[in-house]
Amino acid sequence: MNDRPLVLNEAASFRVNRATMVDPEILELERRRVFDVCWIYVGHESEVRTPGDFRTRTVCGRPVIFCRDSANAVRVFLNTCRHRGAMVCREAEGNAKIHTCFYHGWSYDRDGRLDGVPGEKDYPQSFRKADYGLMEPPRVESYRGFVFLNFDPKAVPLPEYLAGAKEYIDLVIDQSPSGQMEVIQGTQDYDIRANWKLLVENSFDDYHLLTTHSTWLDYLKNAGVKMQRPDREHLLPSHGVGKPLGNGHATTDNVNFRGRPVAKWIPVYGDAAKPEIERIRADLVARLGEARAARVADTNRNLIIFPNLLLADGSSVTIRTFYPIAPDRMRVRAIALGPKEETPSARAIRLDAFLTFYGPGGFATPDDVEALEMVQAGISATYREVPWSVMSRGMAKPGDQLNSDELHLRTFWLQWDKLMRTEPRAAQ
Amino acid sequence: MKKARTRAAAPKVTRGEVEELLFHEAALLDAWKLDEWLALLTEDARYEVPSNDRPDADPGGTLFTIADDIGRIRARIARLKDKNAHAEFPRSRTRRLISNVRVLGRNASELRVEANFVVYRFRRDESVREYVGRYRYVLRAGRGGLRIARRQAVLDAMELGSMGLVSFIL
Repeated sequence: MNDRPLVLNEAASFRVNRATMVDPEILELERRRVFDVCWIYVGHESEVRTPGDFRTRTVCGRPVIFCRDSANAVRVFLNTCRHRGAMVCREAEGNAKIHTCFYHGWSYDRDGRLDGVPGEKDYPQSFRKADYGLMEPPRVESYRGFVFLNFDPKAVPLPEYLAGAKEYIDLVIDQSPSGQMEVIQGTQDYDIRANWKLLVENSFDDYHLLTTHSTWLDYLKNAGVKMQRPDREHLLPSHGVGKPLGNGHATTDNVNFRGRPVAKWIPVYGDAAKPEIERIRADLVARLGEARAARVADTNRNLIIFPNLLLADGSSVTIRTFYPIAPDRMRVRAIALGPKEETPSARAIRLDAFLTFYGPGGFATPDDVEALEMVQAGISATYREVPWSVMSRGMAKPGDQLNSDELHLRTFWLQWDKLMRTEPRAAQ
Repeated sequence: MKKARTRAAAPKVTRGEVEELLFHEAALLDAWKLDEWLALLTEDARYEVPSNDRPDADPGGTLFTIADDIGRIRARIARLKDKNAHAEFPRSRTRRLISNVRVLGRNASELRVEANFVVYRFRRDESVREYVGRYRYVLRAGRGGLRIARRQAVLDAMELGSMGLVSFIL
């Protein structure tokens, strides 16, 4: 790896080698050097509300059971039987006192302890059930409801890892009077035929907005949404910056023109929604004061938490996490987040606003997916002849790094490159 | 379709007439005759695709893949006719097979209909993507014949997975 530069960071030129999107050896190394040493998003506490609640999912390539134990603590178990390895829990979600592996009947309680072993007396005397509980990832921690795991036992604590991203998570949480956001039911699980890092770039790249999403902008304009003509300094209708947050995390931070369920009405929501949005706005001001309320409601931010979590607080709030299943294929899981105490009518506005932009049937996401798949199709067979992608926008420029510049994208790639050059601790 | 253009009364509509409407709709969508398809809808029509893990939920409290009222349906069609709707440029080719059409209920003006579908979608040189599921329709009988008041496409797959997008009218 060391003799083959993948990221070239020079004074006024930043380039990424396209082999990073294509080469199976690089993907294998990423699994060990990036995913297995970083804090990886598992789920949100609101998805498992009471003891015994569980959801099974794949995190960091591993099948896990995300659940509440008998003491109401959030737990993550590796979903593999300690006996011969079968997946113990085969349902997507539910509530259970006991998880039984159907193969030979070993059963585990909701704290992960091995509870029952058919014919236990025939094992040697040294066999102790206490040694065979469901295994857990070395580390599981949460920040304000967001649960992460880490396969590196010596990883820094989650809050330290999140660094400057915490402030931006807090901005999302402040939408709820009680400080509790919840996952709204309904999951968008879909594959993209592209390398996972292309979705990192795309998720907070505002440079592509005018060209990739012209039909979405037309939709807003036709509905009566007012947009300023950009001045000489700007490509987009409003000012926005790209901002590194430490440890490879970065965000956009934009003056909003596209509407916010909390709490900026646009004509797309319909006249009937206006009083509800105004009420949410008034509550927000009463609770947070004018300045903080404006910060929450009048800016939109796409936050990438390194390596594979997007919190998009834009036309609605979406959490999107994605994992490579091949160099040229990723699986995406997207959900919507809303304040726990939201009224049914406000919730309906929020979900409606979500679908104007996001998701596999939205007015914008499909065109992002097409762009990523076209990049993959373009580079897969040509990366030897055309090895470098250019990511220099905004370099050596005085003043703000705009959302349409590429500082935030470079931030991701520099952290990725640093980790890819680092032998994992276990191997040292 | 000529016959259905005359005044229709829901109690008298036959399954044959329902099938004729559904087959006609499928042909229009496969041919990308989107404005003609719009004319089959009522002024208050809805088009929905529920999330795969919540096929029976309500869009007011559940994230769907698509939950359009008539305004959003018209905007969707305007978008799809623009060649800058990149996900459908060049357009997919689709072929819909509609079967097992059943009239499950009716009142003076409306019929509740279900039908199974397989939609094959072809993009460029990719292998075929198959969308399998059932439609839930509310059809309204009136002066213009039978029209579609609600159209929900419920996919059977546990997740969208390799289907990827629902960027065309499913």
